[in-house]
Amino acid sequence: MAWYIARRLLQMIPVFFGATLLIYFLIWKVTGGSVTALAGQRTLTPALEAQLKAQYGLDKPFWWQYLHYLKGIVTLDFGTSYSGRPVREVLARAFPITFRLALLAVFFEAVFGIAFGVVAGLRKGGWFDSTMLVLSLLVIAMPIFVIGFLAQFLFGVTWHLAPVTVGSDVSIPRLVLPALVLASLSFAYVLRLTRNSVAENKDADFVRTATAKGLPRRRVVVVHILRNSLIPVVTFVGADLGALMGGAIVTEGIFNIPGVGGTLYQAVVRGEAPTVVSFVTALIVIFLLSNLIVDLLYAVLDPRIRYA
Amino acid sequence: MIAVNGSEPQNPLIPSNTNENGGGRIVDRLFAGLRYIDQRGALHDEVAQSIDTTDQQHYRITLKPGWTFSDGTPVTAHSFVDAWNYGALVTNAQLQSYTYGPIVGFTDVQADPPRAQTMSGLKVVDDLHFTVDLVAPTIDFRTRLAYAPFYPLPTAAFKDMKAFGQHPIGNGPYRFADGNAWQHDVQLTVVPNESYRGGRPPRNKGLTFVFYSNFDAAYSDLLADNLDVLDTIPDSAIAVYKHDLGDRAIEAPTAQNQWLGFQSNLAHFGGEEGRLRRQALSMAIDRAQIGRKIFHGTRIPARDFTSAVLPGFDPNLPGSNVLDYNPAEAVRLWNQADAIAPWSGSFEIAYNADGGHQAWIDALANSIRNTLHIDAVGAPYPTFKQLRDQVVHRTIGKAFRYGWQGDYPTMLQFLEPGFVTGSESNDVGYSNPEFDRLLTAAEAASTEEESWKLVGQAQSVLLRDLPTIPVFDYINSAGYSKRVHNVVMTWNGLADFENIELR
Repeated sequence: MAWYIARRLLQMIPVFFGATLLIYFLIWKVTGGSVTALAGQRTLTPALEAQLKAQYGLDKPFWWQYLHYLKGIVTLDFGTSYSGRPVREVLARAFPITFRLALLAVFFEAVFGIAFGVVAGLRKGGWFDSTMLVLSLLVIAMPIFVIGFLAQFLFGVTWHLAPVTVGSDVSIPRLVLPALVLASLSFAYVLRLTRNSVAENKDADFVRTATAKGLPRRRVVVVHILRNSLIPVVTFVGADLGALMGGAIVTEGIFNIPGVGGTLYQAVVRGEAPTVVSFVTALIVIFLLSNLIVDLLYAVLDPRIRYA
Repeated sequence: MIAVNGSEPQNPLIPSNTNENGGGRIVDRLFAGLRYIDQRGALHDEVAQSIDTTDQQHYRITLKPGWTFSDGTPVTAHSFVDAWNYGALVTNAQLQSYTYGPIVGFTDVQADPPRAQTMSGLKVVDDLHFTVDLVAPTIDFRTRLAYAPFYPLPTAAFKDMKAFGQHPIGNGPYRFADGNAWQHDVQLTVVPNESYRGGRPPRNKGLTFVFYSNFDAAYSDLLADNLDVLDTIPDSAIAVYKHDLGDRAIEAPTAQNQWLGFQSNLAHFGGEEGRLRRQALSMAIDRAQIGRKIFHGTRIPARDFTSAVLPGFDPNLPGSNVLDYNPAEAVRLWNQADAIAPWSGSFEIAYNADGGHQAWIDALANSIRNTLHIDAVGAPYPTFKQLRDQVVHRTIGKAFRYGWQGDYPTMLQFLEPGFVTGSESNDVGYSNPEFDRLLTAAEAASTEEESWKLVGQAQSVLLRDLPTIPVFDYINSAGYSKRVHNVVMTWNGLADFENIELR
């Protein structure tokens, strides 16, 4: 097991370098080492343009810039944003907020998705199951910004039950509504995955055996049905943490949450290579780690899966 | 505290390095220059006691005694001269350095490498007097003195400009609040500066600039009275905001416009053929209808190359009928151009997709297609930057949208950067000696009225050549919460922050 984890961690190194190189190259291709956007509607004088390019190392060839960036990463120096702030500082401010939001969303989608999914699966074809299927279809069909604006308008502006926007106070209670919005789409998927899996397993031989030997219903459901039904769900939920962090951009915009989404968007628009690459790299690392955790959870859920 | 909308400043808060709205609105609160612009767009002396000139070229500036920065150090002639010299020196890479262009010696400090560290046109006489020599007579220099790059800086700034940009010390009506005033990407709080002695003292106890990445979230906050002033109603709410806000909705013209540009290397748009085609295109655009339908009246048809809010604006300049919607005349001119060289291909209008331009560009293309029966389409670019790169390097090969937003309220500021031969923001590469001569004369005029007359003549030349098609002037839509009153929008589309009052 330890060897498996070590091997997975080692595998991350080439993925890390490959990804940063790719992103750096793409950003460099898109911006072409240009500082045009800094001038807005004006045009920079050649002398000023040269000065700014030198300041951000944009006058050097691509390989120099990339290696320089890598060199910085080793010493945890991710470069400087155009506003003069260290990218490390921008990262350290934005990531915890989005991480908190995404974790809360994962919590909601897992708890509600699995709970409702189990009930629906056990009573397949019943009224609860039908209602859930229709509701989840509705949620999947609706763009997240529609759900977001609707939730903001109803709960925030009209009923005063939740903050309209989050802004400076990013405490957990204030993040509940945005997290529910962010979780809504995944919730629908988790519900459907769980429901199908449970519906399939509840008629399986081992469940019949368990019931036949007189185990209480509760134990049959939790240990025999649920545990065997969770593998596809865990795969989805685990991979979703990374996806939610990257995909929080719409939700963060609607609720004005100063997280990864807005910062990354601004950096892309401005062509700030150090910021974009650092943010995306951090997202990739989170994605890789959550995938590792998912793989490790398999062994817990199904002892037949062994790591060598 | 009054909460007003803003956005994270893109650059450190140094006046000569702040060239965008998010930082600009804060810098203008923190600093006081020689002059200031009031809510009606009129200029008043602020730190200046007097600004004397007889020829619009050589200025003698006297400061009022007793002004200090909020750290207690006095505001002297050096505070101004040193700040301007810092801003102009190319090695300091200040984004607003071009603003010092008229001052003698600017080209020396902008050379690469610089031939001098300071501009020879600036001379300190004593603590309260300095002189400014300009390369040529410049009547709007007196107006420019109200613009941020001409603010003074305290000596503390020059010791560590990087640190200063994160925590500026100014002499303006407000100063940074104590403690964590600037929460990056979240908000920035300013409180009244007790040592301020100018003509725009705050009538509130402070402002919190809340940073939004989109105006929709800000609008929701405004509806819930969490935000007190919002200076831009988002597109999604334009149709309903007057209903939502009632008498707290504000509509005010602002010094910003929208143009359609053509570079001379664009096929069919050179020489006389190009002039006829641009005139035809201009008359094929139903500006009034597009402004009503797409923008709910927040854009009005352009009448010239400047903006209707500027002093001296004239909506009926000779030749301005080229901006009227006139399909019959458009077809006639287009056919006339076809007689020189027949039209081929499609007419593409480049725009940046990140700026909400698609709807009106498509409408423009429609209007052109229906009138001239040519294949006119919008050509989206993902970001503003990508569009600008091709415009600046003259490789765009399409017509493109661009525009101008005034930094200070003069018509000359719209015409000089955009159309004078060789100006750095002359994106269309326009050059006409007659136009250049008229603008130079307008700068050298002895009175503003005389200057405006010459600007009018210069614009008539532009209307004849039509290097760029003026499309819209902006009407700003804004609103405020139930908590505040006395909210007035100024000429540049920002609130008159000092005068906002709690109810």
